[in-house]
Amino acid sequence: MLELDAVTAGYTPREPVFRGASLTLAPGESVGLLGPSGCGKSTLARVAALLHRPDAGRLVLDGTEVTAWRHRAPREQRTAVGVVFQQPRTAADPRLSLADLIAEPLRATGRKAEAAARVAELAPAVGLTPELLTRRPHAVSDGQLQRACLARALSLRPRWLVCDEMTAMLDASTTAALVAAVESYRRETGAGLLAVGHDRVLLNRWCDRTVEWKDCLRTPGA
Amino acid sequence: MNARVARALDAVTAERAENALLSVRGLTVRFRLRGGRTVAAVTDADFDLAAGECLALVGESGCGKSVLASALLGLLPANAETSGTALTDGTDLLAADEKTLARSVRGRRVGLVPQSPAAHLTPVRTVRAHLEETVRALTDTPRAGRRKAAEDAADRAAFPATHLDAYPHELSGGLAQRAATALALIGDAPLLLADEPTTGLDRDLVERTADELRRHTDDGRGLLLITHDLTAAARIADRVAVMYAGRIVEIAPAHRFFGTTGPAHPYARGLLDALPDRAFTPIPGMPPELSDLPEGCAFAARCPRATDLCATVPALRAGVACHHPERPRA
Ligand code: SF4
Repeated sequence: MLELDAVTAGYTPREPVFRGASLTLAPGESVGLLGPSGCGKSTLARVAALLHRPDAGRLVLDGTEVTAWRHRAPREQRTAVGVVFQQPRTAADPRLSLADLIAEPLRATGRKAEAAARVAELAPAVGLTPELLTRRPHAVSDGQLQRACLARALSLRPRWLVCDEMTAMLDASTTAALVAAVESYRRETGAGLLAVGHDRVLLNRWCDRTVEWKDCLRTPGA
Repeated sequence: MNARVARALDAVTAERAENALLSVRGLTVRFRLRGGRTVAAVTDADFDLAAGECLALVGESGCGKSVLASALLGLLPANAETSGTALTDGTDLLAADEKTLARSVRGRRVGLVPQSPAAHLTPVRTVRAHLEETVRALTDTPRAGRRKAAEDAADRAAFPATHLDAYPHELSGGLAQRAATALALIGDAPLLLADEPTTGLDRDLVERTADELRRHTDDGRGLLLITHDLTAAARIADRVAVMYAGRIVEIAPAHRFFGTTGPAHPYARGLLDALPDRAFTPIPGMPPELSDLPEGCAFAARCPRATDLCATVPALRAGVACHHPERPRA
């Protein structure tokens, strides 16, 4: 289970972006979180991905409450959640080849030895050719870079995947290809998915269920 | 195709060109890279755009559609080589020098509705200051009338008067888009060029932005809508041109393209079938590099209908560049 319970979060003290957001994902479940831009759903996604410490509320990951965020989070928890953002350009180190980009999390967790094999396995799954793997971000399209970012998010075989507007900048075919790659990973591993976005048609088609942002803000039982 | 049909089609094309606000023929853009490589960004694009018409140019990022738009505005980098013609009101946009473009084309004959309008606006100036400056630059309005002219422009683009004194960063995505549209309308240019105007906007904002652009088209302007958003194109376009690997591979009336007949080019059909409210299946593979295009049809490696014939580039005939066009769906 991934449980976000009455989470309040923001970037300036005492001025949270939202208060009391709750959302629970069953193991292996895919949930689409639908809301307008600027509503705070991306911030909640960052909390779920252990990238942003909330001001209040709890995140419980497979039964264990998260008490530390970002690099302070215990490795076991940090690596349980993979994340893909909307803008691949700002999410990718421009100096790395796509192969190194995909292997980044493996190297960062001292599993460099597995990198080559894992990259070889992931590249075809996200539709990247060996030639593309040698290029750096500036020499590939947004769609190709986003494919690499998805592969990077999957490199540590996370039990949960958080996709924040993953396809908002992409054309229809690349969108369908990335969603298909996520779904085949989930079929293989039973991973759960939180897909955050504003495209209702897309999230309805993609996810087991779709939740409105405003419904996350209702206090349970109230 | 028999000769009579071909002649009839040529006649339609000629008539279109005659009434066109913008008539593009053989537009080709090459970038020379260091090391002798050449990027074939746009190859042999032909199309016409009439007053009151919206032509949507669709395709995935990197297909050449934004380069095509930049070529029309004379905004290509120095290493670009352009050939062909793009006539509007007697001026060839591709041959005009920078002075002509700056003085009499940009803003006056062609209004640009840019991608990411917030980045297009100067952060330290209010919307009002932007509008008044553009009124000064593009019209003969005397100083005393500029305030009113700016307010009128805002009103035409449905930009609320209450936000005229706001700075760009204080605007929502939707308002920034309207501010940019208001600026594009000031010179009363007969031709509007909208480059991915809905990217990153929420769906209802996409619809509102698209509808507003349609309204300006219905006022008699010609709108070239460059987008990867097929839903936005379906909403407002009269005709659709599909670009793949730098070429226009299909150009068709929107009702036929999005309707029961469907696209005739296998790539265009694949693109529509990838939509989440259709089959949601991707086209296998990826587009070729524009610096390393194959000999024949650039879609052949991904195409379910490819045969040996496809080793030669198919010409655009009757609106489709394909040796084995798909049959109508219905
Ligand atoms: S020309 Fe051949 S390869 Fe190209 S789209 Fe048509 S059938 Fe497919």
